[in-house]
Amino acid sequence: MSAEEKIVFSYPTGLTTKNTHYCPGCLHGVAHRLVAETIDELGIREKTVGMAPVGCSVLAYEYFGCDMVQASHGRAPAVATGVKRARPDLYVFSYQGDGDLASIGLAEIIHAANRGEKITVIFYNNAIYGMTGGQMAPTTLVGMKTTTTPTGRDPGERGAGNPIRMAELLATLFTPVYITRQSLLTPQDILKAKRAIKRAFQLQNTGFTFVELVGTCPTGWGMTPSESNDWAGEKMVPVFPIGVFRDTEKGI
Amino acid sequence: MGNRIEVDMDRCKGCGLCVSACPADIIELGDDINLKGYHFAVLTDAAACKACAFCGVICPDVAITVFRGLKK
Amino acid sequence: MEKLLMKGSEAIAEAAVRAGCKLFFGYPITPQNEIPEYMSKRLFQVGGAFVQAESEVAASNMIYGSAAVGERVMTSSSSPGMALKQEAISYCAGAELPVVIVNIMRGGPGLGGIQPSQSDYWQATKPGHGDFHSLVLAPASIQEAVDLVMDAFDLADQYRNPVLILADGLIGQMMEPVTFRQPTERVFDKSWAVTGCVDRKPNIVNSLFLQPQDLEDHNHKLFRKYAQMEREEVRVEEYLMDDAELAIAAYGTTARIARTAVDAARTEGIKVGLIRPITLFPFPKAAFERYVGQVKVLLDVEMSMGQMIEDVRLAVHDRIPVRFYGRVGGMVPSPGEILDQIRTLAQEVSQ
Repeated sequence: MSAEEKIVFSYPTGLTTKNTHYCPGCLHGVAHRLVAETIDELGIREKTVGMAPVGCSVLAYEYFGCDMVQASHGRAPAVATGVKRARPDLYVFSYQGDGDLASIGLAEIIHAANRGEKITVIFYNNAIYGMTGGQMAPTTLVGMKTTTTPTGRDPGERGAGNPIRMAELLATLFTPVYITRQSLLTPQDILKAKRAIKRAFQLQNTGFTFVELVGTCPTGWGMTPSESNDWAGEKMVPVFPIGVFRDTEKGI
Repeated sequence: MGNRIEVDMDRCKGCGLCVSACPADIIELGDDINLKGYHFAVLTDAAACKACAFCGVICPDVAITVFRGLKK
Repeated sequence: MEKLLMKGSEAIAEAAVRAGCKLFFGYPITPQNEIPEYMSKRLFQVGGAFVQAESEVAASNMIYGSAAVGERVMTSSSSPGMALKQEAISYCAGAELPVVIVNIMRGGPGLGGIQPSQSDYWQATKPGHGDFHSLVLAPASIQEAVDLVMDAFDLADQYRNPVLILADGLIGQMMEPVTFRQPTERVFDKSWAVTGCVDRKPNIVNSLFLQPQDLEDHNHKLFRKYAQMEREEVRVEEYLMDDAELAIAAYGTTARIARTAVDAARTEGIKVGLIRPITLFPFPKAAFERYVGQVKVLLDVEMSMGQMIEDVRLAVHDRIPVRFYGRVGGMVPSPGEILDQIRTLAQEVSQ
């Protein structure tokens, strides 16, 4: 870099340099960057412990440049509870996908939120089980084809239920202090998501904070990355509206 | 020295999100492939680059560094 | 030392606190409820934390978190609840995390009953998915439970492995006078813990090894620990065995009842003794093998349909016939029942 230019965007130190295993176009990588940048900007890398779930982001412990714990499927909020209760001085985040958080781990996320665990949960919602090959997730849309809803998710006769909106669901609880859903689908959305994630970390020691991120799964959806972003924008966002559902400090 | 981007050739997975995100349409997936066989992104016209960093922001593999040229 | 009259469950909880345990995560299930209840008062007195989790599954993953950050932590449950914790216990073994778990056994299978039982021997000694062991300690009195719980925390830290206290409803619910020893001053290396990567590379607590060769190496590493446990941590009580021609094999409360029967049989001139495993893993094989050639019949007595009997038979390899007497479902054998069994065997042997 010569003296006549300056860097306006570059690789955060909060991420390790390891190439991720994520499929081309999978927005987990973006979500990881936002969390890592937040940790860098708040200067807390050396006192942060992250929980990796089971699912596509199970290998997150190789990508976040802070101490990491790999949690059993669905239990990351419980593991995070154990860490934070033992060391309240540490920043603790739990990074989870929709199968991990909204299916097997639904009890754990609801009760961690209801207890007001002082942790930040980053919830990547791409409406499918990616790691295991594209099965239905609790957030799979009605009519959406997956390897376990081959004719499209059918809440009627097949009784496969409807998409679960986690942000709204957690917002029915009195205890959490910050609940938002953001999108990773466009650069503008990502910048907004970054601000939300940063706010969640900043509010972490006032109570339970939750950031749901609408993401994609090009491989599981059978689309190109940019088609996936467009499809998610048209189909997922109407079902999973972007917004802030709780911000106690601001009276929301 | 104008605005420009640097693509980490071997991090790029040729997903093309930067191509569609660039407001100036000056990024393409090149003909060359990297170690993993992906066609990595290349900047086609640096002069038109506004260093808005949309490419970097959308890149899931953080493979793009964006430089803004300083006025003399 | 001060003697305190305490209920088993509460004594177990107090022992943990005295051993430096600051964190407890549990869930209600009879007959161990007094442990979480006691901890919900006591831990906040010592600057610790108590959480009643939403399930045993959650509780067992909370201890995983506290152990990962290097703190002493305990959970407790009873039989069905223990089944829910087995996944996390396997994770703790795989991630080499020191945790102490207490199982106050009740009748099974399924919802079973709430009376005392020893029907989780297999669950405890063959503890879950993957090749691993918990170090399993089986107290026969409340004093012993207290001592074993305090030892458990040192053993867990030393071996970085789950340690299970396997008691039954009798120990959980009885009241007995106990004294608490001072905790050992042993210091354990916790540089692996995820305490925040200050002046070091980030630590990772993990049990995932996608490369099979890495996972094979990891399994062998774990089994070097288990081999060391088998060399150094076996605990067994051999009572009146020097001249014994008959011997009872029993652990926990059943062994305590059997001891009364052994004493009674001795007054009738029957040469009978008792072998009481205290560690169920590592199993005291030598303590049984030692009596091949001397003891003519072993009677395994359990509050189950017979589970430890398999390990007793393995230890003696059929060189001593091993009979079984058990009560199950919450039925507790009386000394008289066991005495009758001894008398029958004594006659058989004398013909």
